[in-house]
Amino acid sequence: MRYRLALEVNEIAYEAEVEPHRTLLSVLRGELGLTGTKEGCDDSECGACIVLVDGRPVNSCSFLALQAAGRPVQTVEGLAKRGELHPLQAAFLEQGGVQCGFCTPGMLMSAKALLDQNPHPTQAEVKRGLGGNLCRCTGYAGIVRAVMRAAGDG
Amino acid sequence: MLAENPGARLVAGGTDLVVAARSGKAPLPERLIAIHRLMELGGIEPTTEGGLRIGALITHGELEGSATIKQSWSALSDASALVGSPATRHLGTVGGNVCNASPAMELGSPLLVFEASVELASAGGARRVPFGSFVTGPGRTSGLPGELMTAVVLPPLQPGGGTGSAYVRLEYRQAMEIAIVGAAAMISLDEAGRCLGARVALTAVAPTCVRASEAEEILFNNAIDDALLQRAAQAGARSASPIDDVRASAGYRRAMVPVMVRRALARALERARSPHSN
Repeated sequence: MRYRLALEVNEIAYEAEVEPHRTLLSVLRGELGLTGTKEGCDDSECGACIVLVDGRPVNSCSFLALQAAGRPVQTVEGLAKRGELHPLQAAFLEQGGVQCGFCTPGMLMSAKALLDQNPHPTQAEVKRGLGGNLCRCTGYAGIVRAVMRAAGDG
Repeated sequence: MLAENPGARLVAGGTDLVVAARSGKAPLPERLIAIHRLMELGGIEPTTEGGLRIGALITHGELEGSATIKQSWSALSDASALVGSPATRHLGTVGGNVCNASPAMELGSPLLVFEASVELASAGGARRVPFGSFVTGPGRTSGLPGELMTAVVLPPLQPGGGTGSAYVRLEYRQAMEIAIVGAAAMISLDEAGRCLGARVALTAVAPTCVRASEAEEILFNNAIDDALLQRAAQAGARSASPIDDVRASAGYRRAMVPVMVRRALARALERARSPHSN
């Protein structure tokens, strides 16, 4: 059985009809065409699928889409505004925080959640904030540097 | 709704339920009842007896952020800060952690040392069960079909100040980890530094989190020094009955119990001696 789902993603209203077991990730990618969010492990281990729900990070691969009803969702597509990169995106480019790029959307969203709560984190706080995100290229040094730079502390 | 839908499972954050379904461990049930919007199940509030009532939907992140819990029930604060990642802590709830009843649940040993109770509600009424008898085995609780966990209740601490608690775990990495061995300790001291009460509990070394009563008895009513801590830590191992699994062998776990008990006791003692330096 399918249920009507009204979603608000990056301040845009969407409607979909989904089964109760559908994850937010599969609805974002499969129904709404928002493919910036990646599917990595599909098991909440790697963080490639992290989006923000209520401004806080969520592994969208393991989050039931129907539970996102009425809650603001933010994905990587919402970061750049009017053709301008978000400061985090600019810092990732500048600091070499992107290698293959697969973990980048999740890293950016975790970093955004962190900086929204704690605009000037220490390096240890950045590492803890990104604790649920794996980079299979192991490019962590550049990623941490980029988050520090975006916070104006690197 | 629970009473009308036998076999339905409750879902709050889904960090265990949905992941277990994906990995094939336990398929999603025919019916799910989402409870994440039940405002009544939130809130961290003092009880009239001087304890604390923590709503079942309180997340690990909210526990970690509570100044009251950090100050007075530090072991619970330590444990919630260790759960998963920021994403897991944002969604995972106290109710989910307790009702999934994993032998490695981070909140288990802290709840044992605080002698917490679990509050349950059903169409027929409400009841309270000591946490220690609520969890009966891996993934098993004494909750009945049709019952919803509404809160955990922490009794007041020993009056007179001088109480400290801590939870520590042995881990291979710091994030997205599950305890290999965990230990919680709570110590209350009188003004002369004598132990008015000690409680110790172990994580991931038995079918459920367990109290280590032999360790507690060694400390009780004594002045605590290093040698006594060491004896208590050794005695803690006698409460463990670990198994071999993917994370560690039974032998390694057994060998690590005294190490973790000693670390938990040392940190609890430090906090008991300077209760405002948490």
